[in-house]
Amino acid sequence: MFDNTDLVKAVFGRLSLESLPLHEPILVGTFAVVATGGLALFAAITYFRLWLYLWREWFTTVDHKRIGIMYMVLGIVMLLRGFADALMMRMQQAMAFNGSDGFLPAHHYDQVFTAHGVIMIFFVAMPLVTGLMNYVVPLQIGARDVSFPFLNNFSFWMTTGGAILVMFSLFIGEFARTGWLAYPPLSNLAYSPDVGVDYYIWALQVAGVGTLLSGVNLICTIVKLRAPGMTLMRMPVFTWTSLCTNILIVASFPVLTAVLALLSLDRYVGTNFFTNDFGGSPMMYVNLIWIWGHPEVYILALPAFGIFSEVTSTFSGKRLFGYTSMVYATVVITILSYLVWLHHFFTMGSGASVNSFFGITTMIISIPTGAKMFNWLFTMYRGRVRFELPMMWTLAFMLTFVIGGMTGVLLAVPPADFVLHNSLFLVAHFHNVIIGAVVFGAFAGIAYWFPKAFGFRLDPFWGKLSFWFWVTGFYFAFMPLYVLGLMGVTRRLRVFDDPSLQIWFVIAGIGAFLILLGIGCFLVQIAVSVMRREELRDVTGDPWDARTLEWATSSPPPDYNFAFTPVVHDTDAWWDMKRRGYHRPLGGFKAIHMPSNTATGIILAGFSTAMAFGLIWYIWWLAAASFIGLLAVAIGHTFNYHRDFHIPADEVVRVERARTELLAAGVKP
Amino acid sequence: MDAFHAHGDAHSGHPSGSRGSYLLGFTLSVVLTALPFWFVMGGTLGDKQVTALVIMAFAAVQIVVHMIYFLHMNTTSEGGWSMMALIFTVIMVVIALTGSLWVMHHLNGNMMPVHDLSRMR
Amino acid sequence: MTIATGNLQAGEPVFYLVDEHEHAEGSSTMLGFWIYLMSDCLIFAILFATYGVLGGNYAAGPAPKDLFDLSLVAVNTSMLLLSSITYGFAMLQMEQSRVGATQAWLAITGLFGLAFIGIELSEFAHMIHEGATPQRSAFLSSFFTLVGTHGLHVTFGLVWLVTLMTQVSRYGLTEANRRRLMCLSMFWHFLDVVWIGVFTFVYLMGMLR
Repeated sequence: MFDNTDLVKAVFGRLSLESLPLHEPILVGTFAVVATGGLALFAAITYFRLWLYLWREWFTTVDHKRIGIMYMVLGIVMLLRGFADALMMRMQQAMAFNGSDGFLPAHHYDQVFTAHGVIMIFFVAMPLVTGLMNYVVPLQIGARDVSFPFLNNFSFWMTTGGAILVMFSLFIGEFARTGWLAYPPLSNLAYSPDVGVDYYIWALQVAGVGTLLSGVNLICTIVKLRAPGMTLMRMPVFTWTSLCTNILIVASFPVLTAVLALLSLDRYVGTNFFTNDFGGSPMMYVNLIWIWGHPEVYILALPAFGIFSEVTSTFSGKRLFGYTSMVYATVVITILSYLVWLHHFFTMGSGASVNSFFGITTMIISIPTGAKMFNWLFTMYRGRVRFELPMMWTLAFMLTFVIGGMTGVLLAVPPADFVLHNSLFLVAHFHNVIIGAVVFGAFAGIAYWFPKAFGFRLDPFWGKLSFWFWVTGFYFAFMPLYVLGLMGVTRRLRVFDDPSLQIWFVIAGIGAFLILLGIGCFLVQIAVSVMRREELRDVTGDPWDARTLEWATSSPPPDYNFAFTPVVHDTDAWWDMKRRGYHRPLGGFKAIHMPSNTATGIILAGFSTAMAFGLIWYIWWLAAASFIGLLAVAIGHTFNYHRDFHIPADEVVRVERARTELLAAGVKP
Repeated sequence: MDAFHAHGDAHSGHPSGSRGSYLLGFTLSVVLTALPFWFVMGGTLGDKQVTALVIMAFAAVQIVVHMIYFLHMNTTSEGGWSMMALIFTVIMVVIALTGSLWVMHHLNGNMMPVHDLSRMR
Repeated sequence: MTIATGNLQAGEPVFYLVDEHEHAEGSSTMLGFWIYLMSDCLIFAILFATYGVLGGNYAAGPAPKDLFDLSLVAVNTSMLLLSSITYGFAMLQMEQSRVGATQAWLAITGLFGLAFIGIELSEFAHMIHEGATPQRSAFLSSFFTLVGTHGLHVTFGLVWLVTLMTQVSRYGLTEANRRRLMCLSMFWHFLDVVWIGVFTFVYLMGMLR
């Protein structure tokens, strides 16, 4: 009656021992390293009895500062994975000439370039950007937390759940082999019957929910929780770019959700949205995914622009030039980003009229960004520029991003794009702009705000070393790709026939190695800074003599951020306070209303991840049980009406008094 | 959009209807639903194109009726941000719909298997 | 709102609020939910766009004329429209703080919603029985997905409705419950707005093609 194999299938779906990549030495080796490292970490946490501390103070926190830090940790950890993929690609492409097949078989190589893209965009860039916005925005607007602290925690864990699914695909089953956007028909069931595309879909759906809710959260925070006196046109520029970024998130992620849902219906139910037969249209997928995809790149870039605005004005000692035009430029970019998406598929065949329209809009969108560039330059002009690490990253960004932007305008011309589409020129262009803006921006932001978050600066020597390795590495790695692209080399190739191309790939490989050193120095920088933290300590809370409200707090800020809500009179509110003789309040503190920690976020994300795993492997009972668990916990959570508490007044007094003493001790006679 | 008015209790900022306005909205909706059904089921307007345009117009009007009488949409709720969010969303929806229809129409036309590619638009 | 100044010399600018009344709990909820609803609107927009592009691809299978029963759709539409007005009445009772009347109108709303779902499910069952499955053609895939997604939202709304009725009966019309009822109100009316799009562009236009 009930055959043994039927029972096994019912319990395990299509998961079996064959799903483990035991015959792939690279993966076995990777697993050994990861498992050893992971076990060592677990052992250390257990030995130092930190589990309860981690659970109470970090995993269940609703404090935007801690959630922001956790996002940054996630982003940096995933950077290591995504960069490992990059190194493997560079090595393969440098080697695979003159009959050599390289070391990566096609089956594996295709997963590497897919995973590289997915991880870098969704699990490195997005978390880093979201982490910085989460940490900084409530402080910059004088608020105590975001509008929906519980949702904030939930969003973080959903993003982590997505990352976990991608990491699982490395050791259980495999990842998609379709490129980071998984175009059908290749991603349809007929051509990708294995779990790879399903891992892709569900990882992005789970993470996507987190991102969308984060978007709603930050918009409400900025709209509703600004300190009195902070009108929209007195907000810091980073807050403005965060507002526009989160508007972009809310207005574009639903598109991704819908498209991936349609693809999953094709794969699970046999519908015909993107199939080649029964009336389906794979081109519709390309159209829809890029309606999401283009705003996505601005979601990554706008916060970076905001960071550079803050850094430039702080380290030039001047108010940002052209505040109003910066704001308008940001808003215009936000709106225009919805009118350019077709430039990602000029060659798909929509014809001259459609291509010309989108080509023109694409060229127009470069103008507001250019305006921003001039504003940064004019801010520096006649300022007293201090070349601290954040400012160095900013200068590197300015040069690098302008080059990348120019190649973008070149690609915006449809006839030029017909030659360059999907060539290495394109690959060079988008790495140019993303690394120039988002990566350099993230490093600038980390160097700038690390002292605020932890109370001590990052070691400047290792930071500058990391900077130089990164910048030179970037140019060595990607300038050859422009040349190769102009010569006609296509992207995502694994082996090459033409030996004259090899030298360019070798140079690119050297560049990747330099970047590896840059990342290494960055990790050393963190370790050294922690070890030397007493020498690098900042007790003032304002190590850079900066201009915005987050620098008014101690470093790190107290849980409640501000004992009294600030009142704002001008842009650059903190600078205004410093100039006009602001005195820190020393008494009269009251109890402060705060949201409570909660385990519901991590539990819901856990159920979501389990459900996704069940759906990927066709383990239907797991998917169903997780779904029911999800509903039950979510509904149960709504029966909890008491999710807040008060920090007692004497606790506030104690914290503020400690700060007063620290400030007094830090003043040198 | 002044930050001062961001504080406020849940009631004062949130518009609500009255029995009369709900019933008015309901009646308008019934009419705006019944007529299109009648036009299509009965072929009353004769021309199909005209019928299509008319029922689309009725749909648009009924959506506005719902927004005003059921969703209490106005320019002051949440300091004007509700209206801004709605307008922005409507713009996005229009772009996504018209953009997709326009692009896909051209793609389908050009990429349909045909022998004479010189007829591409 | 006045800014309490605390101990300050005359003429000094005020840089912090000594006497603040904190943000009311849930002061962001209505705006937050509205923004979420706008994002949901975009999901439907993509499904409409998909239906618009693929809705004419019958793949030599059944077309709208072969499948749609407009009188049934009219009945369904009236169920949803009636549920909207009854929810409105529930909100009016809520404002009068009448728990019993609120619950009664909510229950009636739920019944109309259930009727809507029931009729829709029977329509789907009939179509599938006739061979007009979601797998048959791109037109049917997009039809089932668009209408089905709307139906799933309504179902979720019904689950939420039952949950809220339980919470109101247990805890009364507290501030938090009122907020939640107002959010469900927005959700419910929004679904009726989407349905206007569905019956116009899918059913009525389908019969006109």
